[in-house]
Amino acid sequence: MTALAALIRRDIRIALRVGGGALIGVLFFLTVVVLMPFAVGPDLALLTRLGPAILWLGALLASLLTLDRLFMADHEDGSLDLIVMSRIPLELTCAAKALAHWLAAGLPLIIATPILGLLLNLDAASTSAVALTLLAGTPALTFTGMIGAALAVTLHRGGLLLAVLVLPLSIPVLIFGVAASEAAITGPLPFGTPFSILCALSLISLVIGPFAAAASLRHGLD
Amino acid sequence: MRLLGRGVKCVRGGREVFSALDFETSSGEALTVTGPNGSGKTSLLRLTAGLLTIAAGSIDLEGGEAELTLSEQAHYLGHRDAMKPALSVLENLTFWRDFLGGMAFDAMESLVAVGLDHAAHLPAAYLSAGQRRRLSIARLLTARRPIWLLDEPTSALDAAGQRLFATLMGDHLARGGLIIAATHAPLGVESNELRIGGLP
Repeated sequence: MTALAALIRRDIRIALRVGGGALIGVLFFLTVVVLMPFAVGPDLALLTRLGPAILWLGALLASLLTLDRLFMADHEDGSLDLIVMSRIPLELTCAAKALAHWLAAGLPLIIATPILGLLLNLDAASTSAVALTLLAGTPALTFTGMIGAALAVTLHRGGLLLAVLVLPLSIPVLIFGVAASEAAITGPLPFGTPFSILCALSLISLVIGPFAAAASLRHGLD
Repeated sequence: MRLLGRGVKCVRGGREVFSALDFETSSGEALTVTGPNGSGKTSLLRLTAGLLTIAAGSIDLEGGEAELTLSEQAHYLGHRDAMKPALSVLENLTFWRDFLGGMAFDAMESLVAVGLDHAAHLPAAYLSAGQRRRLSIARLLTARRPIWLLDEPTSALDAAGQRLFATLMGDHLARGGLIIAATHAPLGVESNELRIGGLP
């Protein structure tokens, strides 16, 4: 357990230091969302309607931005060799790395959401609904994205391939995330239904993600 | 403890690097792997570490800890030093000590042992090649594992560093450790030689 805690601590520390990915993700999220009102125009009703979708898209792209470094950085400097040789099962190590990534890059997005909700003319209740769906849904993005990161680890410039691999997998999360947010804001659907499915998607990816990532890391070692 | 390789065959990128390789080494012994560039010295170390798949034959450890695999009892010191430039020297070393598990020793003492204690709080990005190598060697000391797989361990080390590392390897062998090193330069400790590829 100390080993996994040490890994999570190390990854978060690296992400928060100069050159780490955590702040870049949030800044990207901020930029995308701030640009939207300029693109859509000053129609407040329209912005309110599009708000949840914009926030979700921004969060999806921002979490993808830093995901390619998840294993690539460790592969480049040889850390991955030692991680594979450690006494911890690789599946647990992958889960710990994804958790660290989510804490450093996913959680800040959720914290930034209330501020960005203001820009999109969302009231407090709607913003908190979106933040709640992001809290339930972004782990799914990280844990499915990890599979792509593990597949692309040996490729230089694997980031683009990662996007192609991971974006289709995140469609269900996007659909139910936005559906749950809109259900909370406008109805008529009850909030609980799509939100439960969103939580289910996250739980499934928590189970499948580490196993698939560990399998592709083992296969890709060479 | 005895490490046995029987009829080991290595295939990289569809090309056979070596085959029918036999070797054997026991506790307290060092084995140097020599051979021309591209003969598969690094591949042999990575096969032993479990980082590559053995195409044919086997590499087995006799008399190690029963519940651990060979690679879980081995340290691999490769060309790449597995240190994060954003973290300080001590942070890097402490992380590997906690993560690798096993019998752990104080990270600061290991830094003293390799003569890097003055740089403990410096980000690893500022280290020179030789200092990075010393830091990698400190990793071998701070988390104790009986098998050391060393790939060109003395490259980038100055003369004093090479002497220091020879002493550390001697200590490791005296404790009943086991060393396999791929090298061009003499190791500085008494060792058997395994020559692969090319003519003897």
